[in-house]
Amino acid sequence: MSSGDPKRTGRAKGYLQAFLFLLPGLILILLFFLAPVIITAVMGFTNMDYRFQWNFIGLGNFFRMADDFLIPKILINTLVYTFGTLAIFNVTFGLILALLTTSISERVGLFFRALWLLPRFTPPVVYAAIWLWILSPTRNGLLNGLRVAMGLRPIAWISQFPWGVIIITNGIIGASMGMLIFTSAIKAIPRDYLWAARVDGASWFQEVRHIVLPLIRWPLMFITAYQTLSLLTSYEYILLITQGGPFHASEVWSLYAYNKAFSAYAGTYEFGYAAALATVLVLIGTVASIAYWKIFRFREMMAQPRIEVS
Amino acid sequence: MATHRFTPGSLERERRKQKLLRFSMYVFLILASLPIVVGYLWLFVGAFTGNLVYGFVPQELTVANWSFLWESPSPAWPNIWRTFANTFFLAAGVTVIMVVVSTSAAYVVSRMYFPGRSMILASTLILHAFPAITLLIALYYILRTLGLLDSLWGVILVRAGLMVPFGIWVMKGFFDDIPWDIEMSALIDGATRFQTFWKVMLPLVKPGIAAIAVFAFMAGWAEYIFLVTFVRDPNSWTLSSYINAIIGNYRFTNYGLLAAVSLFYMFPVLLFFLLTQKLLMKVTVGGIKGGR
Repeated sequence: MSSGDPKRTGRAKGYLQAFLFLLPGLILILLFFLAPVIITAVMGFTNMDYRFQWNFIGLGNFFRMADDFLIPKILINTLVYTFGTLAIFNVTFGLILALLTTSISERVGLFFRALWLLPRFTPPVVYAAIWLWILSPTRNGLLNGLRVAMGLRPIAWISQFPWGVIIITNGIIGASMGMLIFTSAIKAIPRDYLWAARVDGASWFQEVRHIVLPLIRWPLMFITAYQTLSLLTSYEYILLITQGGPFHASEVWSLYAYNKAFSAYAGTYEFGYAAALATVLVLIGTVASIAYWKIFRFREMMAQPRIEVS
Repeated sequence: MATHRFTPGSLERERRKQKLLRFSMYVFLILASLPIVVGYLWLFVGAFTGNLVYGFVPQELTVANWSFLWESPSPAWPNIWRTFANTFFLAAGVTVIMVVVSTSAAYVVSRMYFPGRSMILASTLILHAFPAITLLIALYYILRTLGLLDSLWGVILVRAGLMVPFGIWVMKGFFDDIPWDIEMSALIDGATRFQTFWKVMLPLVKPGIAAIAVFAFMAGWAEYIFLVTFVRDPNSWTLSSYINAIIGNYRFTNYGLLAAVSLFYMFPVLLFFLLTQKLLMKVTVGGIKGGR
């Protein structure tokens, strides 16, 4: 049992090696992932501002949230944005794109999938720039240019349709994730099933309805759950395109937290309140995940053979 | 049974129906993709033309929009080439750190036993429930404490750190696919663990390294939210901050400049994207599967 035991020193040396390989990763994850989680949770109980002092005020921020007259509006915006984008684009449109691009010639299908993936890899400022041109309230933008060409008056698209704007602009990016996952699931369906259906005279729609959809129901549920969380916490594009406006009309929960902390025009830097808002958002996300877990019975999915990408 | 399907007339009709269906699929795809195509087309048209009539009809070709390359549009803004170099530095920094850190960690997680192994794997999954964006405030606090605000290094470390769990999961998959025998024989021949990792395993997971490197580079190159939140100093601006400033200053006016700088920024992205789109699709799917 002394350190002279060769087996034991060997094992200790093995652990040490493993530890050294892991160390850089552990430091990064601890410092920039784990620590922020804890700090956010604790900061939510302080009234920290630009002076960065830890004054604990108990549940003060949460009471304030209950009284915040903007919160109901923010909550409605968040729900409409999350589930609107999810239902129209991330799931439905992603599914349509996957179905269509796998039903036409392989090369053309690949082209369209690549086209829809491009916005996801475009720098957010460039993507926003494109939409600011399309939606410009002046006659120099695409939509108003078209209107003027037809003899109509320009419209302030962003202030007129704030919900529509944030749903469409985020949805075009969001649809590509579902598209890719569904495509690989559809490609994993044994061809025999589809041929058998075709021999029996099934139309394309019947094929989709009775063979494809039942076979890809796990990816469908997974994307629904996963993208709900993504949408709940995404605000980069909203910040860039509508800035949450006009008058908070397109401000979602995560953007509200960001603005409370960093918005220059408010000039307050309410880090404590913003951290409390972020904490509540994480709680909402957790509740949603648990609900999905139960509703979709994901435990059963874990037992399913995994669909591989072809 | 179903004899009607084999008369020449019905076969013909069936074929025509198929053709019509196929045709309507193309029409739908083209119409639905129109906003994307038009948007990216505008980057090119807008960048090289003067005022667009009705917002989309080009008049004359010009390079006037590109004068930002030799002359700053605003005295408050930094030199564009310095900004370009910063962007590259940020992307390269994220790539190197993310690849090195996640590859070595993934090797251990895939190949070695040590106490707490499953805990590490589980914790990377649980952290997934806390999207980076909700941690922004705390990250600001941490960077401020470390004195890394207003520095590209802060953004590099944060972005790399947040991508490491994803990198570990993807690389773990690649290491898991290598048969044990290969590594065993190297160890039996007297190679140390590190030599085995460096000389035997790394060459075998090159495709994985390429995949996460492309991913990390694209993410670093496109970085926006951390950058504008953590870095205000114009000397540390990247092209994202630059375009952010153009949008801020000329929100709905100077579309030529906006298109030109955007295209300048997009150029490496388009190049990378054309070369690696299939890889990107695979890793996007694979990363999610690992990440769940």
